[in-house]
Amino acid sequence: MSEYIGQNPKGVSVGIVEKQFFNFAMPPDRLKLESLASIGPVTIAYETCGTLNLEKSNVILVLHALSGDSHMAGYYDPKDTKPGWWDIMVGPGKGIDTDKYFVICSNIIGSCAGSTGPSSINPETGTEYGTTFPHITIGDMVEAQKALIDHLNINSILSLIGGSVGGMQALEWCVRYPDMIQSAIPLATTTRHSALAIAFNEVARQAIMADPNWNEGHYYSGKRPDMGLAIARMIGHITYLSDESMRLKFGRKLQNRAALSFEFGAEFQVESYLQHQGNKFIERFDANSFLYITKAADYFDLAAQYGSGSLVKAFSKCRSKFLVVSYTSDWLYPTYQSKEMVKAMKKNGLDVSFCEIDAQWGHDAFLLPSDRLDNLITGFLRSVSFDTGSVKI
Amino acid sequence: MCPLIPDPLRYDLKIIASWIAPESKVLGLGCGEGDLLFWLKKEKNVQERGIEIEESKVIKCIEKGISVLQGDINEEMEDYPDNAFDYAICSQTLQQVYQPSKLIHSMMRVAKMGVVSFPNFGHIKVRMQLAFTGCAPVTRELPYSWHNTPNIRVLSLNDFERFSDQVGFKILKKAAIKTKTTNRQGKMVNFLPNLFATYGIFLIGKE
Repeated sequence: MSEYIGQNPKGVSVGIVEKQFFNFAMPPDRLKLESLASIGPVTIAYETCGTLNLEKSNVILVLHALSGDSHMAGYYDPKDTKPGWWDIMVGPGKGIDTDKYFVICSNIIGSCAGSTGPSSINPETGTEYGTTFPHITIGDMVEAQKALIDHLNINSILSLIGGSVGGMQALEWCVRYPDMIQSAIPLATTTRHSALAIAFNEVARQAIMADPNWNEGHYYSGKRPDMGLAIARMIGHITYLSDESMRLKFGRKLQNRAALSFEFGAEFQVESYLQHQGNKFIERFDANSFLYITKAADYFDLAAQYGSGSLVKAFSKCRSKFLVVSYTSDWLYPTYQSKEMVKAMKKNGLDVSFCEIDAQWGHDAFLLPSDRLDNLITGFLRSVSFDTGSVKI
Repeated sequence: MCPLIPDPLRYDLKIIASWIAPESKVLGLGCGEGDLLFWLKKEKNVQERGIEIEESKVIKCIEKGISVLQGDINEEMEDYPDNAFDYAICSQTLQQVYQPSKLIHSMMRVAKMGVVSFPNFGHIKVRMQLAFTGCAPVTRELPYSWHNTPNIRVLSLNDFERFSDQVGFKILKKAAIKTKTTNRQGKMVNFLPNLFATYGIFLIGKE
């Protein structure tokens, strides 16, 4: 996902938030992973907004996408220029209303924003894991979140909300822990990566691994594979946009020049935009984390894992109510993929709503300000709160 | 959802609502902004599902807390098992579908009973307009011109009764009604319904 964080147009914010940490899988325990490897100890960074009610029935878990972090809303410091990545959605009176709900967001395992990942120090060796970090899956991300939720003494989640790779985690949660989850809102997501999505991820990974500084993943004491990671990000950004959004945003407009200059610089605006995105990304993200998380997304296949190939069977244990949202111009996870999951949910008699939002901004539309998405989420959460009698509205 | 209180229903929807048993499972086909389903959920505690093709209306439904799928009614009905619902309601949509018999068959497959309502093309105003102006009728109930109307399958109350024999379903209940301008109020028409009713509402079942 892209960075769209900016000042909130509505002017309200959840205020100052704190980055918190939860440590688990301390020796002799370890977190068992789907690859059959294990890891420990594990740290998970998280953020909470709002107040947990006495019945602990107003919990919403926000699941971030590929390059996100636990900082979903508010500011760490009054001097911060930017709020958390989903500040437009999470806050007082917003789509996910922190006056009503207790909202949690945790950084995924494998990432580089406070949770244990390849750039963390392996206590056994005293150096960074690098590529000795075990392979992780969407299921492993969910297991780490489950450990955090258990630690917070929460045994029921009112709603799981996530877009893209966050949506995959939401679906995985519903299948793994059907009795804990009252509802879920998977946004712009899929139940399995298509060949197209895997292909783009593989080109991005190859860009990182072809960077001479990558050094088989052991670069933390020297130069980093910045060029490779920037190119990987540029590829990602193409998939987050759409033909239409690129045409409207850039067309063939030139960057800071009136005519073609016949050189290999960024002559077109779209080139300059992608380079800018790539350069911004290397300041905050770890190349190895990018490799591991994109692999986890590629491995994701609910039907294969839980239904012997049948998506209907995969959802058969689910009990949650669903709101599935897709975007007309999303070519990374097109609407037909959302419709497939809706169909499987219907065949299981699940209570599912589906809306395809007409938006020209491609996959990233879920991160942009939209009254339509705000209203959908507000209405859906209100109905789930009412149905379960869990939150006084 | 206490702050949301259903608006008073349109007269035709009130009649449909009165036929629906409490606690039942209801599928609304082309459910629009979900007024009827919302009322039934609040007042009769039904389990509701809607199908609506227009995004803006789908959003209105979800804002109300109605479960709704954005899509084509024929396609979306296919995924439901037989008798998944007690009622499938097709309110003022039959006259707009390309294959009405296919729609009725699907309704009778996914639900135990169906409710169908439509504007009556046998109404006296329709007949008079065609007879005296020689032009395709444009009425309050069917307000479009021939070239821009979505109502491609106009029918009368008598047509529907004949249709039941041809397609093979039973008419369990019927109401011929005449509504006032606001559509909030109306009355039953007992005398020559096919001539004086503006709308027909039918509860149908399997043969």
